[in-house]
Amino acid sequence: MMKEEFVPDVSLPEVKDKVLIDNPKSLELVKRLKKTTNARLGVGRAGDRFKTETLLKFRADHAIAQDAVWTEIDESLVDEMGFYKVQTMVNNKEEYVRRPDLGRIFSEETTEAIKRDCIHQPDVQIIVADGLSGFAINANLKDMYAIMMDGFREKKYKVGTPIFVRYSRVATMDRISEALGAKVTIQLIGERPGLATGESMSVYMAYESSPKKPESQRTVVSNIYSNGIPPIEAGAQVVHLTEILMREKKSGVELKI
Amino acid sequence: MRLKTTLFGHTYAFKDVKEVLAKANEEKSGDILAGVAAESTVERIAAKTVLADMTLEDLRNNPVVPYEDDDITRVDQDSVDEEVFGRIKAMTVGEFREFLLSASEKEIAAIRPALTSEIVAAVAKLMSNMDLVYAAKKMHVEATCNTTIGKPGTLSSRLQPNHATDDVAGIMASVMEGISYGVGDAVIGLNPAVDAIDSVADILKEFKDFMYKWDIPTQNCVLAHVTTQMKVLERNLAPMDLMFQSLAGSEVASRAFGINVALIDEAYAIMKERKSSTGPNFMYFETGQGSELSADGHHGADQLVMEARCYAFAKRYNPFLVNTVVGFIGPEYLYDGRQMIRAGLEDHFMGKLTGIPMGCDVCYTNHMRADQNDLENLAMMLTMADCNYIMGIPAGDDVMLMYQTTSYHDAAALRRLSGKQTIAPFEKRMKELGIFDELGNLSQIAGDPSLFISREQEMHLRSAV
Repeated sequence: MMKEEFVPDVSLPEVKDKVLIDNPKSLELVKRLKKTTNARLGVGRAGDRFKTETLLKFRADHAIAQDAVWTEIDESLVDEMGFYKVQTMVNNKEEYVRRPDLGRIFSEETTEAIKRDCIHQPDVQIIVADGLSGFAINANLKDMYAIMMDGFREKKYKVGTPIFVRYSRVATMDRISEALGAKVTIQLIGERPGLATGESMSVYMAYESSPKKPESQRTVVSNIYSNGIPPIEAGAQVVHLTEILMREKKSGVELKI
Repeated sequence: MRLKTTLFGHTYAFKDVKEVLAKANEEKSGDILAGVAAESTVERIAAKTVLADMTLEDLRNNPVVPYEDDDITRVDQDSVDEEVFGRIKAMTVGEFREFLLSASEKEIAAIRPALTSEIVAAVAKLMSNMDLVYAAKKMHVEATCNTTIGKPGTLSSRLQPNHATDDVAGIMASVMEGISYGVGDAVIGLNPAVDAIDSVADILKEFKDFMYKWDIPTQNCVLAHVTTQMKVLERNLAPMDLMFQSLAGSEVASRAFGINVALIDEAYAIMKERKSSTGPNFMYFETGQGSELSADGHHGADQLVMEARCYAFAKRYNPFLVNTVVGFIGPEYLYDGRQMIRAGLEDHFMGKLTGIPMGCDVCYTNHMRADQNDLENLAMMLTMADCNYIMGIPAGDDVMLMYQTTSYHDAAALRRLSGKQTIAPFEKRMKELGIFDELGNLSQIAGDPSLFISREQEMHLRSAV
């Protein structure tokens, strides 16, 4: 039987490491230069244009970023983990991208439902938000959540009902915190994807998070993904920060860490 | 002033100049977000029709932010040459469009001192994309720092060697490769990841050392906040050819950027005294449609007119470089490739009409409905419009700011497509270094950063594993 052959995978990160320059003065030194930056150096040229491999790699890296933005989040993971699910005033992805104002607020009914169904006055309120990349949530949530919950149990914090918000901007954390009277609110949200990094997630935290406070109330951990801050490490960082916020009763720029 | 018209049997009435300006704008998601856009396509054309009938005096007398409330309105209004304004004030915006399309370069240059931002934005709103290119091509604005940018027949580029952590060796790797493509005649300019005095000074020195070592006639710049650069100058920490700042189009929006007119006046004064460059133009500004709404400082006006006000602000300082970062802000302001292309052409045209040496960061983010093809389209159009400069970055991927802009390859290809060249002394030096052939095109050896590795760097690279 014929062996099935694959065309080489241009999405692999190591494709970026190749030097494609024809007859460089020093191939070895170009390789060493490339190690000093993750910029796409040493790609050579076809006339004044990219070589085919450079172009295809670039298009692949952009494609995964675009799909991360435009693909609806697969909610089977948040369902399986028992998250309470709500939606902002946004109705679809298109509107989400165009109307940041609607992605920050809930309808009155949704706010009432949150008040009716979720634990009030928690020490810690966890929110998961799709943001600009649902891929990021599904790639990082499980590992990070387990570490966070272990940490909070150990500290004997009263943990609120975990909430998932569809079509969410960061500011939904203020509304939820206000509705439930939470002390520390922690939001995990999918970041705007960079090239080839559709899986990057951020965490925003605030003490008594409120729409009346400026954005500078928030403490941020960003760049959470396998090649950035690994989710397990990020989970431990968040537990540590939660302790500080609980102790100092403040967050963001007011907190000098 | 007439604020009403009928189209197809329907009456369209507008309450003031600001509303006419906003509704006459081509469709932008940012104007829809602000709630100021036309509600239908016909209403948009009705607004354009009413706008075409207004006089330049009507526009001058109705700035979108009142004179008393805003330092940028005051800068703009106070800079008007009243004698020239007297000669053109009765012209309608429709007539002004025709004037710009039919007049000579000299005739246009003569009336420029009479224009306010609202006039500049108004006429842009009546122009089609090709009109914007056609008129802009008649407006060359030259400026001189160490070298002179904006001469007809040139297309310059900023070498943008951004690095995720500002590692100097990594930044210089991108500089070497950029120069090997003939990129960087406008400036070697880094967006720092860290806005700190010492690292900004170190990078400025590194760029200047490279320029000396290889005798590259250009300018150095690190695009930190202006207050950081002022500290570098006050303490004499590093040579600085160009001073940078991002601008917004109102006093309120400028506050979000941590600036106002008085601060930039102060920055300009210290730069004039301490700069390392030789020419009379030594400021570099970036702008972009939508930043005023983003900072809640748009005063109910549309994003095009707010952008034009940035250019009035910039003009006060006779800058060497000004560019819109057109696709950086995101899809809630410029939704897709079509809106991004339109905005790039508008901004370039408005900058040139204002009288500033305009370039463009032709770019997009990953959450916009745009891709590499849209970027290349706009870059080719702007080259045809005689845009002063574009960016150049390794393979189009900015690994620090996480967006895509024009590549080293794009800069070289656009020069070849248009028959344009880099700034003359830079071109001469590239030929001496063998990067350009005798025709000024990339030679066989171009595109190889190892051409610029010095003996010390070689030792350093070999020891650094």
